Amino acid sequence: MIGGVFIYNHKGEVMVSRVYRDNITRTTVDAFKVSVIHARQAVRSPVTIIARTSYFHTRQGSVWIVACTKQNVNAALVFEVLNKMVQVLEQYFGSITEESVKNNFVLIYELLDEILDYGYPQKTDSGILKTYITQQGVRSQSTEEQKQITSQVTGQIGWRREGIKYRRNELFLDVLESVNLLMSPQGQALSAHVSGRVVMKSYLSGMPECKFGMNDKLVIDKQAKPSTPEAQNLESQLSKRQGGGVNRSVAIDDCTFHQCVKLSKFESERSISFIPPDGEFELMRYRTTKDITLPFRVIPLVRLSTQNHVEIKVTLKSLFKAALTAQKVEVRIPIPPNTSGVKIITLRGKAKYKTGENTIVWRLRNMQGQRQSELTAEVELLPTTDTSKTKQTARVPISMNFEVT
Amino acid sequence: MSDSKYFTTTKKGEMAELKADLQSDKKERKKEAIKKIIANMTVGKDVSSLFADVVNCMQTDNLELKKLVYLYLMNYAKSQPDLAILAVNTFSKDCEDPNPLIRALAVRTMGCIRVDKITEYLCEPLRKCLKDDDPYVRKTAAVCVAKLHDINAQLVEDQGFLDLLKDLLSDSTPMVVANTVAALAEIGEVSSTATALTDLDTSTINKLLTALNECTEWGQVFILDSLAGYEPKDDKEAQSICERVTPRLAHANAAVVLSAVKVLMKFMELLPGDSAYLTSLVKKLAAPLVTLLSAEPEIQFVALRNINLIVQKRSDILKEDIKVFYVKYNDPIYVKLEKLDIMIRLANSTNIANVLAELKEYSTEVDVDFVRKAVRAIGRCAIKVESAAERCVGTLVDLIQTKVTYVVQEAVIVIKDIFRKYPNQYESIIATLCENLDSLDEPEARASMIWILGEYCDRIDSVDELLTTFLDSFADENSQVQLQLLTAIVKLFLKRPADTQQLVQSVLSLATQESDNPDLRDRGYIYWRLLSTDPAAAKDVVLAEKPTISEETDLLEPALLDELICQISTLASVYHKPPSAFVEGKVPTPTSNKLINQANNTTSAAESTEEPVEDGVAAPPQEQAAVIPSAVEDSLIGDLLSMDLPSTSYNAPPASAGDGLGELDLLGDLSGLQIGGGYGGGMIGGQTGVGGIFGGTGLPGMGGGMGGGGGGGGGGIDLFGGLGGQGPNPGIMFQGGPISLPKQEWLPAARGKGMEILGTFVRRGGQIYADMTFNNKAMQMMADFAIQFNKNSFGLAPGPLAVNSPLMPNSTASTLLPITPGGLVMKMTPLTQLQVAIKNNVDVFYFSVNMPTHVLFSEDGAMDRKVFLATWKEIPQSNEVQASVDNVSLTPDQVQQKLETNNVFLIARRQVDVGGLNQELMYMSLKFINNIWVLIEVKAAPGSTTVGLALKTSAMDVIPGVLEAFKSILHA
Repeated sequence: MIGGVFIYNHKGEVMVSRVYRDNITRTTVDAFKVSVIHARQAVRSPVTIIARTSYFHTRQGSVWIVACTKQNVNAALVFEVLNKMVQVLEQYFGSITEESVKNNFVLIYELLDEILDYGYPQKTDSGILKTYITQQGVRSQSTEEQKQITSQVTGQIGWRREGIKYRRNELFLDVLESVNLLMSPQGQALSAHVSGRVVMKSYLSGMPECKFGMNDKLVIDKQAKPSTPEAQNLESQLSKRQGGGVNRSVAIDDCTFHQCVKLSKFESERSISFIPPDGEFELMRYRTTKDITLPFRVIPLVRLSTQNHVEIKVTLKSLFKAALTAQKVEVRIPIPPNTSGVKIITLRGKAKYKTGENTIVWRLRNMQGQRQSELTAEVELLPTTDTSKTKQTARVPISMNFEVT
Repeated sequence: MSDSKYFTTTKKGEMAELKADLQSDKKERKKEAIKKIIANMTVGKDVSSLFADVVNCMQTDNLELKKLVYLYLMNYAKSQPDLAILAVNTFSKDCEDPNPLIRALAVRTMGCIRVDKITEYLCEPLRKCLKDDDPYVRKTAAVCVAKLHDINAQLVEDQGFLDLLKDLLSDSTPMVVANTVAALAEIGEVSSTATALTDLDTSTINKLLTALNECTEWGQVFILDSLAGYEPKDDKEAQSICERVTPRLAHANAAVVLSAVKVLMKFMELLPGDSAYLTSLVKKLAAPLVTLLSAEPEIQFVALRNINLIVQKRSDILKEDIKVFYVKYNDPIYVKLEKLDIMIRLANSTNIANVLAELKEYSTEVDVDFVRKAVRAIGRCAIKVESAAERCVGTLVDLIQTKVTYVVQEAVIVIKDIFRKYPNQYESIIATLCENLDSLDEPEARASMIWILGEYCDRIDSVDELLTTFLDSFADENSQVQLQLLTAIVKLFLKRPADTQQLVQSVLSLATQESDNPDLRDRGYIYWRLLSTDPAAAKDVVLAEKPTISEETDLLEPALLDELICQISTLASVYHKPPSAFVEGKVPTPTSNKLINQANNTTSAAESTEEPVEDGVAAPPQEQAAVIPSAVEDSLIGDLLSMDLPSTSYNAPPASAGDGLGELDLLGDLSGLQIGGGYGGGMIGGQTGVGGIFGGTGLPGMGGGMGGGGGGGGGGIDLFGGLGGQGPNPGIMFQGGPISLPKQEWLPAARGKGMEILGTFVRRGGQIYADMTFNNKAMQMMADFAIQFNKNSFGLAPGPLAVNSPLMPNSTASTLLPITPGGLVMKMTPLTQLQVAIKNNVDVFYFSVNMPTHVLFSEDGAMDRKVFLATWKEIPQSNEVQASVDNVSLTPDQVQQKLETNNVFLIARRQVDVGGLNQELMYMSLKFINNIWVLIEVKAAPGSTTVGLALKTSAMDVIPGVLEAFKSILHA
């Protein structure tokens, strides 16, 4: 399993080094610094092998978080552990920076001791970890409390502690969707998919068993038939009810669930039941590719009028029903990095040129369905000596955000 | 509270200051000091000098402080083993602490301290903790067993920790089970003795499957990884495991999903191919795999590397999902490159239009590596999807027009491949290529371009000028380019000999005289000689039609692919290499699936059959150790062995008559040579002359016999032959008569280019026969069989080899080859080794076999009683060997009978009374066909299973063989 976990700053100095296995030495730690962090060419893979030691790394800003091993370990597991580790640390002391790591290194050592044992991941739920590892030193605990902690850490419901009480029991649910669209220059959608997340905030007392239902329009995983007869029956009923000629169902290609959801129950009965962790968590993710109706259409028009002058015209059309309104609409239009000045004219909303990000950000407070709006911008470019270079910059697509309530 | 101050650079005298702080009474100061020490340790400063003082702080009720001290201990205990013992006491105390967190902490830390003394003290607490009431302690103890096993495997096995660990598999807490599974898997991986203990059985599997639903995400991964190593009994069990694993595909943790995919992919192989369940399972796999692509980029990378394997194994899984592999602008480069690979794998005639549009888009990106790969991908699409080839070529031509140098170069390289696949279809684009000659500066691109020029030189007008310009810089070119240039110009010359003679001459002289690259020189000489001796043949060779290239050149070998499928989600699957390639001291994993093993076998067999075929010119290296040099050319071998050919009265056996038997003759020649003519080929004479041992073989009193033999070898042989007829009549009491051993594989098919030979030796009617079976496992028929032996200890020579010829593919022929003495003699080690050459129409094969000694016992081995007595006395005591054969369930009579059937003759027999036991003493003699006598005293007692032997002979070398023969005779 994992032989050691290291945290480096951008200079390659080790800030935290926790070795779990004997075959990882100081040289192992330095080898990564020399071959990857200080390498002249940026690394091209998150997995690097140096002298038969494999390194897995992920970056948080300028901080490198690295796990290394000499065995044939489960690579997906290592990256998941690193990601979870990052989440735990963030929940303990906010974002991970050189400063915050150095400020909390004792805490990090303590956490690493609990998260991994001999390189095997043990506990990565910050909710539970916080019950016995705190920043304020160790609270005095009675024997009873200690027992409770250990049984909870190892128990089946490792993500929730017992004895939570709220005066008011509340549950919030957010559905966040992102539509990914790839469009050819001719305006043809090459690929489109929606990935959605259901985020839940629960403030419930005790050990509540929750069930999450979706309406009949939702069909998960059409191709794969559920294995039990009851579930097949259920599904056929569903499809009968939908059978009104018009296909109004929303087909979900696939979904994944937080570990609190009982997967075997989902597989057999298609019901999502769970005991939620306390606070905010991501209950499920889903993905769909079929019948995506685009809420907006963005039509860009770019004209290179002279060598150093570009005209950009962006038309935004809302395609949804006129009765609905989109709020906080934000369109981000990338422009070349060698821009010297921008003149923007908009009919509605406000637009601003953000120098640092090389983008024009166009904000509309709200937009009704079936409307159209337009932005034109004249971009002055700094003359460059190498004309081929202007062509060669990475072409960032236009992106937009909005909310529907 | 900020801890970053501990990282500030150290001042002089800091160590002393820290020491003082550690010894202070104030807890806060102590803690501060230790934090500072840990910070120093982290940045790599040596703070081991404070060891004793830090250990003194261990005894504290402050958990945070204790943890820091433990951290320090784990780092430095190894460098200060003597001082580390100071900590043992505290550890032992902590293991008894009422707080389970402290108990677990102590056990966890002790396992990480690799000092023998500490390890000793670990055993007892560990045993207790494995049975602790608290699950937290138990789960920590389970991992600790794996730690201890790494330090001292023997100790773990001796102390019975493995059994304790196995008991934990039935623990009520899922997390304990999960850690136990992980620990067992790790122990099983390194220790072969433990593997047997850690193997899973059906009931354990059920426990694990139950725990799977309840334990943490990490525990689920451990369990799934262990399941993947399990061999289900049958397809039903495989299916039921699959059914219980499938729900894991919806887990949010990618590692759980991938490990579940691994189990499913592996067990799918065991399901019947037409079952509906399998079809539905295949469908279920696609969506979770695609979902992995919305995870973090690092996980996407691992997933993509694995998907690459999965689509190679089961291309149908993702065939509908090519769109999800389209590259996003903000994908990290490593994700982009992997996606490209998968796109090409999934490309087919229905989606090619979209794929091509995408690829064209990618080829205008910024990242050079990515662009190059995209261009290459277009070429691969052309080769893979024939209907799209024209469009691909068009796209490539468009790309060449961009004049971006690396795009052009990459395009040229793939166009060469396209020409190989579709010859004579797209020559029209050569003109465009020629325009860009100047921009090619990479060797591979230049070599590709020159290849194209050479291949199509008759359609390009100014090709000689173009090649001349390349030739001008010949010396500076990369060897790859030089080789291509040489070939291209020779091609040109063969097609247009009139005006290119100058050119070809200059390139040939450059290649053969100016270059110090042996490959280039060799190729130059070959062309030169070809051209000067037979231009027509040169044309046939150089302008021969080339085999078209296959579409999927980068597929993994099936055996490796199967191995990697069993390693899904691990590093091996990321590197696409077997674990043994990057893990030190990795025991090759028993690759689980029987299917896989079979696959492995067939591949390796196939490989080895192909191996020696090619080298016609160079003498192949001697593959069979200690065997006859693999001769190819008479003179060559002759030189090697510095011998003159041929020699004396040796007659090539009839078998070697016929065409193409140079090699076989040679053997005869060689052996004949060493004997020298002076001995007249007489076997006995030869033997006396040659072998030191054999020289001294003549038993006193046997001189006459020897001399007689020396007089005429031929006569001797006849004599034996004649005697054979009068030999003891076998088969009266014991079926089978003289024993014959089961046939063994003499020449495996892999080494015999498909010819497999099984064989054994028998003695029948005074004659030795080789009982052989020829199996033709090649695709072609075999004919013209012939056999020859090298000189051997007993001067054996083969009679005519009668094999039904031709031997059709997949058919078998058996033959009895008479073997006669009278050949040439050379002492071999072991004595009975026989080096054999067998020839057929395919090749000559060499192998060596060991003859069973008993076939060499001659039928006239009964010695006269008086001579026996005299001889027995005359052979010195030092030449006597005592031995015994156990487990003989025969009466003394049967012993005698058995031995006599195999030409060991009774001279005298008497009973003696040894300590109240009746023992039969039998004096026996045997004679080797080359007249070595062996005298034997056999002690056998009724009711005893041990037969005692005392052997006397003047030629001690034969003793081991004789003993071996006695064993096999008496056990037969």
